[in-house]
Amino acid sequence: MKVKTPSKLEKILAAGHYAVTSEVGPPRGSDPENITKKAEMIKDYVDAINVTDNQTSVTRMCSLAACIRLKLMGLEPVLQMVTRDRNRIALQSDILGAASYDIHNILCLSGDHQSFGDCAQGQNVHDLDSMQLIQTVRHMRDEGKFLGGGDISRPPEMFVGAAANPFADPFEIRVPRLAKKVAAGVEFIQTQCIYNMEKFELWLKMAGDRGLLDNVYILAGVTPFKSAGMARYMKNRVPGIEVPDELVKRMADTPKEKQSEEGINICIEQIEHLKGVEGVHGFHVMAIEWEEMVPGIVERSGLYPRPIVD
Amino acid sequence: MIVADKKPIEEIIEEIKNHEKILILGCNECVTVCEAGGKKEVGVLASALRMYFLNQGKQVKIDEITLERQCDHEYLEEIRDRMDQYDAVVSLACGVGVQFMAEKYHSTPIYPGVNTCFLGVTEERGLWTERCQACGHCILASTGGICPVARCAKRILNGPCGGSTKGKCEIDKEIDCAWQLIIDRLKALDRLDEYEELCPLKDWSTDRAGGPRKVVREDVQQ
Repeated sequence: MKVKTPSKLEKILAAGHYAVTSEVGPPRGSDPENITKKAEMIKDYVDAINVTDNQTSVTRMCSLAACIRLKLMGLEPVLQMVTRDRNRIALQSDILGAASYDIHNILCLSGDHQSFGDCAQGQNVHDLDSMQLIQTVRHMRDEGKFLGGGDISRPPEMFVGAAANPFADPFEIRVPRLAKKVAAGVEFIQTQCIYNMEKFELWLKMAGDRGLLDNVYILAGVTPFKSAGMARYMKNRVPGIEVPDELVKRMADTPKEKQSEEGINICIEQIEHLKGVEGVHGFHVMAIEWEEMVPGIVERSGLYPRPIVD
Repeated sequence: MIVADKKPIEEIIEEIKNHEKILILGCNECVTVCEAGGKKEVGVLASALRMYFLNQGKQVKIDEITLERQCDHEYLEEIRDRMDQYDAVVSLACGVGVQFMAEKYHSTPIYPGVNTCFLGVTEERGLWTERCQACGHCILASTGGICPVARCAKRILNGPCGGSTKGKCEIDKEIDCAWQLIIDRLKALDRLDEYEELCPLKDWSTDRAGGPRKVVREDVQQ
């Protein structure tokens, strides 16, 4: 695929390398060190760092400000943007704000419902949905125009991403839904955490059969288990995540003090396996509140050092 | 219909505690069907209030009237000659009726006796559910007759979101995922291919966002 933006992530993918991304969640406060320390920990082991946008609807430092912090460190942020909290004026405005700092990656999401967070009595906006946000960024970038039709001086140059969950219900529209995102203009996908390899590969094959993978890069999401408890929780309590029984058993059969190590081992095995799967272009390593493990995972998966692109 | 729910009596007492001649005014339309503000509920509320004030040792006159509707001038006019008997009205109509009463009887306080909830249906007796948010531009033709604006917690026009699990919404296992319903319906209509048509950005100016709305029909105006 032809490179369309100055995004380092896009260049790495276009050069045929496996891309590696990870993410940091901004703090419940204004201390910039919280974000810069986490970024410092992982920066040499990933190509780009996602910054979550008030994840699980809990109020935090804004994604854009945290992305600017990363940019000032010379890093490559992926601005996550949810449609829950902003109307089309604010979305476009924040996109321009990010573009003014040469933030070159955006991940378009709808966001968790506010009832999960600390402002359950608040309104949600959803003026646009995630597909329409993809269309909006592409319109601003490619046409150089606002949704209202006016010209943008110095349009944003953003590589446009979205999430996809191969395991969400109903399965039959998982590939049509990806097709819809591709039609909307998405250029890279970071998937939900994958544990059920068989189902993920089926989804990829179906997407490939439709020719979708010629138009979008897929970064497979992986999340190491910290404990057997976490594996059970992910299996039973988190909507849209499928954890096979044998993985829960493997964690449970491991002595407690060795479980976190085993979780990392599983994660590395998953990456190794996924490397052999056609249509996987990279990895999105989500080590939740466990960022310090990212370097080890990347290194032991044979993904270090990271490639250098112009 | 417009679905409403009864306000707690404590809240109504708080509204009217300084009045002595009170009319409880029901409505024979939607709020009667949803059993929140019809003749029967007017009677029940009036009795409860009479008992309350009696126990408080207060002399309060409480009358009951139920109009055919509270959203049309002609029915509200039926009580004009009696309005000077009251120093307050508790309207058990929807918010529309409460406001139309207040517009018509400018110097009498009109208090709401119900919470107006949504536009919905009677699924079974005692269970009413939402179907429409009156966005002003109906898209049901392209969503298999199921409205994501009213029935998706995120009003997502290109759904479902990642929170749809086993056909239910992430916010409550009792709530159907609107997009699951849409997909099932499109399948039943043999139109699942339409799922892939991107729904464009919606013009919300016909919704609440555009300010108070009106429908003008010159062809029926006299």
